[in-house]
Amino acid sequence: MRYSWASLIAQSLRKHRGWKPAWATRPVKPHYDVIVVGGGGHGLATAYYLARNHGISRVAVLEKGWIGGGNVGRNTTIIRSNYLLDGNIPFYEWSLKLWEGLEQDLNYNAMVSQRGVLNLYHNDAQRDAAARRGNAMRFHGVDAELLDRDQVRRMAPFLDFDDARFPIAGGLLQPRGGTVRHDAVAWGYARAASALGVDVIQGCEVIGIERDAAGAATALETTRGRIGAGRIGLAVAGNSSRVAAMAGLRLPIESHVLQAFVSEGLKPVIPGVITFGAGHFYISQSDKGGLVFGGNLDGYNSYAQRGHMPTVEDVCESGMAMMPALGRARVLRSWGGIMDMSMDGSPIIDATPVPGLYLNAGWCYGGFKATPASGWCFAHLLATGASHEVACAYRLDRFATGALINEKGEGAQPNLH
Amino acid sequence: MRIHCPFCGSRDTGEFTYRGDAAPTRPTVPDEAAFIDYAYLRDNIAGPIDEHWYHLHGCRQWLTVRRDTVTHEIFSAVFAATLATEEAR
Repeated sequence: MRYSWASLIAQSLRKHRGWKPAWATRPVKPHYDVIVVGGGGHGLATAYYLARNHGISRVAVLEKGWIGGGNVGRNTTIIRSNYLLDGNIPFYEWSLKLWEGLEQDLNYNAMVSQRGVLNLYHNDAQRDAAARRGNAMRFHGVDAELLDRDQVRRMAPFLDFDDARFPIAGGLLQPRGGTVRHDAVAWGYARAASALGVDVIQGCEVIGIERDAAGAATALETTRGRIGAGRIGLAVAGNSSRVAAMAGLRLPIESHVLQAFVSEGLKPVIPGVITFGAGHFYISQSDKGGLVFGGNLDGYNSYAQRGHMPTVEDVCESGMAMMPALGRARVLRSWGGIMDMSMDGSPIIDATPVPGLYLNAGWCYGGFKATPASGWCFAHLLATGASHEVACAYRLDRFATGALINEKGEGAQPNLH
Repeated sequence: MRIHCPFCGSRDTGEFTYRGDAAPTRPTVPDEAAFIDYAYLRDNIAGPIDEHWYHLHGCRQWLTVRRDTVTHEIFSAVFAATLATEEAR
């Protein structure tokens, strides 16, 4: 069923009793051309683009939980492409371009809202860094504007411009950045993929990877039985190391917990996404009115989807330093998600040393904004066997060759990226 | 989480700095593959692991802490130097 004004009016006249489930539940087939492990945003997007761009429709997406229950429903919904390095900018810009046409493409309202992303700077050195980043973006055709203090004040008068230690000196604005309703992205991709014949299989956990005599991955052992596959793609960020270990692989990844927070619903106060430059803190306001914010990783390896109090305190302190009015809002809820923290802070979309097994991993805490391009490029890799041109830097062997993509320059210490 | 420091007693994790998994050991011979493994590859286990924490705002000793990465339960904490000496014997 195509969603439109006509379908909405027709359904209202029938008291909304004729809506069908957004995606089909079909029996599991014994063999697929491609199996994507992980029914998060990246896995569903991969399946959708495999069917749409490459005409491969014998595709299954296996999800151990339910669609929208993992990191795609646990992030802070921000999209942007304000990166510095050549390996990253074209990829994230392609992602932003796909976001701009996503709702028409999927025929699904994902509430894509390009309300702008503003990174504050607080001193001359940070201003130089912001100008350099803005220039790097503009060289790649990405929008970036360097704002001075007065321009920031006009946009966001509620910030603490006269903080004794970190006065705001200006900001780098990406007007095309913004927010997207995250679970609608999962539902929209699942629905569009299902309509093209992809089997979206929930409640199906992979427990083993079967390999033939030559070592190639040929099938998956799952909680719903053995399923054969021509090619297998892993898109299980957070648990990449655990699933890859089933094929005997060790990855340049540690799993860490990142917390996020939502306040009670308020009237519109924050125009876009604003990030603090003197600590790690970012905030936006959902269309429902809640202030959505977060900051640093907890900083220790974790597979628990919850964090600890010192990080809560640290995030709230940073928020108060940037926007003192925040102290009047009550935090409604907080949660944690498990991040694939890679050793250089950048993702991996590549073939693995195991024939037939492909890897999409290491998204750190920047996976949500990458969803469309990640799916696009991973589908390209799975269909053609070659890296897509905007994702060709995301090689698994870059840690051995030295071609790292280290935006923050922190070295092989994942909790610092 | 609270870590029971053998010198200072039970302290909040806010006093500590995290180094990470204690399993990788620096290769003693100049072997490229071994160094790549040491610097970049991790087992990333879900469950109990040994890891290095530095008691920065306390006794300034490196500790080897056994902690569960799924439940965050801490089982033990000993001086990393003591452990290294014992292992060297």
